[in-house]
Amino acid sequence: MPINIIVCVKQVVDPETPASAFKVDREAKRVVPASGVPPVVNGFDENAVELALRLRDAHGGKVTALSLGTDFVMDVMKKPLSMGADDLVLLRDSSFSNIDSFGTAVALAAAIRKIGNYDLILCGRQASDWDNAQVPLGLAELLGLPSITTAKSIQVRDKTLIVERALPDGYDVFETPFPAVVTVSNEAGQPRYPTLRGIMMASRKTPITWGLSDLGLDASAIASKLSLLDLFIPVTQKQCEFIEGENDADAGRKLALKLREAKLI
Amino acid sequence: MSGLMVIGEISDGKISSSTCELLNAGQMLDDTLKEGVVAALLGSDPGKATQDAIAHGADKVYLVEDPLLKDYQIDAYLAALEKVCKDTSPSIILIARTLIGRDIGPRLAFRLGVAVAQDCIEVKIDPNTKGLVGNRPVYGGNAMAAVTFTQLKPHIAIVRPKSYAALETDGSRKGEVVTIQVKLDPALVKVKLIKSVKEPSEGVRLEDAQVVVSGGRGLGGPEPFKDLEVLAKLLKGAVGASRAVCDAGWVDYSHQVGLTGKTIAPDLYITVAISGASQHMAGCSGAKVVVAINKDSSANIFKEARYGVVGDWNKVLPAFTEAVRELTQS
Repeated sequence: MPINIIVCVKQVVDPETPASAFKVDREAKRVVPASGVPPVVNGFDENAVELALRLRDAHGGKVTALSLGTDFVMDVMKKPLSMGADDLVLLRDSSFSNIDSFGTAVALAAAIRKIGNYDLILCGRQASDWDNAQVPLGLAELLGLPSITTAKSIQVRDKTLIVERALPDGYDVFETPFPAVVTVSNEAGQPRYPTLRGIMMASRKTPITWGLSDLGLDASAIASKLSLLDLFIPVTQKQCEFIEGENDADAGRKLALKLREAKLI
Repeated sequence: MSGLMVIGEISDGKISSSTCELLNAGQMLDDTLKEGVVAALLGSDPGKATQDAIAHGADKVYLVEDPLLKDYQIDAYLAALEKVCKDTSPSIILIARTLIGRDIGPRLAFRLGVAVAQDCIEVKIDPNTKGLVGNRPVYGGNAMAAVTFTQLKPHIAIVRPKSYAALETDGSRKGEVVTIQVKLDPALVKVKLIKSVKEPSEGVRLEDAQVVVSGGRGLGGPEPFKDLEVLAKLLKGAVGASRAVCDAGWVDYSHQVGLTGKTIAPDLYITVAISGASQHMAGCSGAKVVVAINKDSSANIFKEARYGVVGDWNKVLPAFTEAVRELTQS
């Protein structure tokens, strides 16, 4: 049985941006993108795309990547397509510039209804910028679907999904009818690299772009319920005491003595 | 709307440690709020935990009993919590960012049509508006944000575990226990647990260990983790790892420390060949003393460390371990 999957992906500031290059405009309460460090697709969302592609490869069907934002970098956002997704839908509207998780979920849910004919919604477990992990659960509420978080594998059996949920000390296996919302964790395994052919195919595809009015929504539907009072880089007070020796081994010995002196061992 | 509600978790007939922490946080907020602290407890027989919740700071307990609530199940728990919130109209709700809290907290908020301040490490009450303010790390700890809400209530905060201490148990505290009647239809249960596989780690539990020795990508492969284990054993500690190491399959995910792994707060945290990416540091911000061994003197880990050695771990670690052996066994 073919399975149609919508994967929600988010463009984020590269989480590998060195702390020294990470800047905040405190006045505007915004992160200033580090020059020369392009944004990336959120890592967990790539894990979700990977699981979606594995399911499609096994069962047939269609994978649609869906994203919401204001400043899309097209080379970045086409990554799900170059990995093998069939379609890309971008929600772009100036009213999204200060959107919170609630509004994001409302807009994405409207887009999912508009895309229609879906069996499964996949999302990364959380986005590496704000780590909220709540838009997927909001989608489940707004669409009236069951939800399972932090999946490491998904199988389709008859009319049900079998989902292994990664836990700190093992995993749980859940069963749910679909459609359902499932969030994917890095335990799902490395996302595939785009092939040259995949990149070529992606470059020829034009994303479908919808604004707020295409979704049948007005600004009040996505109005923020949270407000940001402050955004700043914390100052660390810690001073590292470097232990030196005649050579590396000697430094190792001296470190042990230092920890003993400080009654830490 | 009035009152501060802590959504409690029960294990083995007692309230969980993170629930104790939130009851304390709730009492601190209530110094300004002055509306009382309530614990909501759900289960098939949660009655045993009520006194425990009161002894740890609850002024009142709302109890929901139902066979469907025996173990955590998202659909049943959501329906029960929705009813509790609608019947009692709290103004503030605190939820711990545990496996359960992460899973159910945002859904509860959306169901009530309100927002959540996620992953707070500090919560406060604005004395003027009586609204909730949450302070939280963002961008993997590179930045801090303070967030607040519109007037729409309840205000919900999901609080990172170990951000607050628990109150000492006070058996003399008194509190009212109110049972809330909820009719749960078994048909609402959509997600069913069919199997639970435990992969317990050996020795000291990472989350409870007083000493943790962690390795990073710089170790180059799985082999050196045997050396870390030897060191951890000498110090009666546990072995941790960065996410990259777990993703590479060098050690099991049960060792992962970080934002999406385990949160640890040991007295001594020894890191070997760990660069100290903010995503990792978010899992060990509670460590009292961080020690770093890394060949790159500009690595971020040295900004977080109290003691550091800049050098090749291949040479530093054996000598360090040997000296620790002599010092701890003499």
